Amino acid sequence: MKEGQFRNPSGCAISAIFDKSGNRFSGEDIVKSIAVMHDRSNGLGGGFAGYGIYPEYKDYFAFHVFYDSLAAKRTCEEYLETYYDIVNLSKIPTAKIKEITDEPLIWRYFVAPLKNNLSAMQLTEDEYVARSVFHINTGIKGAYIFSSGKNMGIFKAVGFPEDVGRFYMLDSYEGYCFTAHGRYPTNTPGWWGGAHPFGLLDLSVVHNGEISSYDANRRAMETYGYKCTLLTDTEVITYIIDYLTRIKGLTYEESAQVMAAPFWQTIERKSDEEKEKLTYLRHIFSSELVTGPFSVIVGFTGGVMALNDRLKLRSLVVGEKGDKVYMASEESAIRRVQPDLEKLFYLKGGEPVIYRTEVEK
Amino acid sequence: MIDYNVPLFEVVRNYDKCISCRVCERQCANLVHRYSEEAGKMLSDETKCVDCQRCVCLCPTKALKIVPNENKFRENANWQQRYLTEIYKQAETGGVLLSSMGNPEPLPVYFDKIVLNASQVTNPSIDPLREPMETKVFLGSKPQTVVRDENGKIVPKTPVHLELNLPVMFSAMSYGSISYNAHASLARAAEKLGIYYNTGEGGLHEDFYQYGKNTIVQVASGRFGVHKDYLNSGAAIEIKMGQGAKPGIGGHLPGAKIIGDVSKTRMIPEGTDAVSPAPHHDIYSIEDLRQLVYSIKEATDYKKPVIVKIAAVHNIAAIASGIARSGADIIAIDGFRGGTGAAPTRIRDNVGIPIEMALAAVDSRLREEKIRDNVSLVCAGSIRCSSDVVKAIALGADAVYIGSAALIAMGCHLCRTCNSGNCNWGIATQKPELVKRLNPDIASERLVNLLTGWNHEIQEMMGGMGINSIEALRGNRLMLRGVGLNEKELSILGIKHAGE
Repeated sequence: MKEGQFRNPSGCAISAIFDKSGNRFSGEDIVKSIAVMHDRSNGLGGGFAGYGIYPEYKDYFAFHVFYDSLAAKRTCEEYLETYYDIVNLSKIPTAKIKEITDEPLIWRYFVAPLKNNLSAMQLTEDEYVARSVFHINTGIKGAYIFSSGKNMGIFKAVGFPEDVGRFYMLDSYEGYCFTAHGRYPTNTPGWWGGAHPFGLLDLSVVHNGEISSYDANRRAMETYGYKCTLLTDTEVITYIIDYLTRIKGLTYEESAQVMAAPFWQTIERKSDEEKEKLTYLRHIFSSELVTGPFSVIVGFTGGVMALNDRLKLRSLVVGEKGDKVYMASEESAIRRVQPDLEKLFYLKGGEPVIYRTEVEK
Repeated sequence: MIDYNVPLFEVVRNYDKCISCRVCERQCANLVHRYSEEAGKMLSDETKCVDCQRCVCLCPTKALKIVPNENKFRENANWQQRYLTEIYKQAETGGVLLSSMGNPEPLPVYFDKIVLNASQVTNPSIDPLREPMETKVFLGSKPQTVVRDENGKIVPKTPVHLELNLPVMFSAMSYGSISYNAHASLARAAEKLGIYYNTGEGGLHEDFYQYGKNTIVQVASGRFGVHKDYLNSGAAIEIKMGQGAKPGIGGHLPGAKIIGDVSKTRMIPEGTDAVSPAPHHDIYSIEDLRQLVYSIKEATDYKKPVIVKIAAVHNIAAIASGIARSGADIIAIDGFRGGTGAAPTRIRDNVGIPIEMALAAVDSRLREEKIRDNVSLVCAGSIRCSSDVVKAIALGADAVYIGSAALIAMGCHLCRTCNSGNCNWGIATQKPELVKRLNPDIASERLVNLLTGWNHEIQEMMGGMGINSIEALRGNRLMLRGVGLNEKELSILGIKHAGE
């Protein structure tokens, strides 16, 4: 059975490194950090997201695609040529290592939507791209776009995360933010697309947990036009965040107040203005409330958000040193790359921690 | 004339225990019991017994039991006794067979073939005794359009809505079909619980206007007791298009129950049968419904949500989809097992579809058409216990209505003869000497107790599933599995089979 044909809850490790000044640094440290939490994953999935890694193509959408066959590649490229201006395409460089085998064809395209099509369809660039991604991932058999943002990219595979990092030679990329994921699925996936991070446009999510609201959230998102094909928590959380921020125009803070809404008893104690706003968000966006254990790190252009479920049923710790911010399931994963921290704190349930770059470089 | 029928029940009196105190005689409005000076003991006329269990419960020495009459007509798998009995009755009277309360026939109860999930290992269950467990629900449309002021702050304006502390309301039971004291009990309990009760189609007694903020006022095809103050007295207005017990026909209240204040509240003469028209004569199609919805909104200054209640019938999904576009804020769907004070037996037992199927089909259709946020869904038609509530919400309901369960909490034993007006429990009667048997202080407390107990159970089940807020349960069909259902049933319910 392939990912998406069954529901696949996972336990996991997550970590992230972010530079508030927007300075770029190598992907080496994030691999070291996630490697410490080896025992939190079981070799069935690992991956990374890097932001600011494609400055030379920063105005183009970077599509990372897995192909099962050359036929799938041909069909997909035909589609891309019809709807996009492709300015660069290549295989994503990988290292042959014995820990990672059975890789699909892995390609990268830098593309821009054809202007005429955009205006004819009356769509924003983002919506146009999002629809293409859904079209290819659900309509072209054997092709799967797993990264589709600008100046960012997701790299993932079946294997332990540290091996996946070596496989993609993550140390050769430089960005202002990296997130990482090591997966411990409770079913056996045979497919690279099922590894994490999960992304849509420039949004990427790494997640540890098993949400109990899954089907309520999934059915709500499908009502709003999203197609949940992987049946994983991370997928639906990504769509909720995309829906709330991009489609509904909520801030990340407000989105967190929807997904991990404060309890009514907490809302009761707030000021009148805050009470009205929080009540409004819970009332109107009730289908986007996420319950059950989760810790997520959300990457987006120019920022990163960490969020825990409202009961704090999963570990997540944040450290700071200078401009650098570190986030991880376990403190050890932070100490491994930065033993000398100025600040260290555990996230409170339902209270997001958000960092943004002062200036994007 | 020979009565071709035999008594349905046998009154078994243990004369070793009976002390001839005559409580049973005083308690039975059907005149089953009498004391015979001649025989020096209590005797029974079993032909009049309806098995309401009042005498059994009140007998101080527990000397009584009511059992099914062992005398049977000759067994026949096709011509079951009920059909012979009904033919004899109709041959005698030439009338339509009347029945009360919900469909008692052994049709499938899907709630009984659905099981719930619980957390094991991969995620923790949540303990409602130690953690917050939220059951507050808002009913009404929820348009997800965010408006911001010039400073970029969200304008927190929510549409008109109902706010419930727990996802259960008392469904429509008119003053007339049930007693003043029964209404008083429901109103007081709704206020105390932070939920709503529903006036039904008989208007609202002026004594109960004080409970307005916990009242849903109903407008049915007979428009009994409907006027502007009435519409404005409640928290919401329900347009009754249909009722699960009798889809396709209007309400029936026998003239015997239209006395005194009932006649005044309904605004009809004493003793007249209140038979509501089958359709609303200003609604022959969906566009007419829209006009009534907006007429009511105009009359109430757009301050109150409008509920449209429909019976679960074959084409329910399409009908609900039309209603969701009519301006209504809430749709209440009543399944074929829903109760009634009086309905033609053939209709009650043969018309309509199971609520589980109807609810699942409507929720799925509204989602497919992207109009689920236009309305809230309320599920009615035999919610018997807290697990039925949980299953209904997981199938897609926002809240449920209970009618029969509330009456049972007040003492009803489902003898199914509400239409006689002789309710010995003081619930479905207007006879003052019977009405006073129902003490609203006690009955309202029993209602509060029932729903307090249910709410604890709902919280325990939610916690077991790792869910700590009811909105995360709504439509969460992965929390359900079918047992012994076929592929078609599973696909309509939108759930997997156990083991999948």
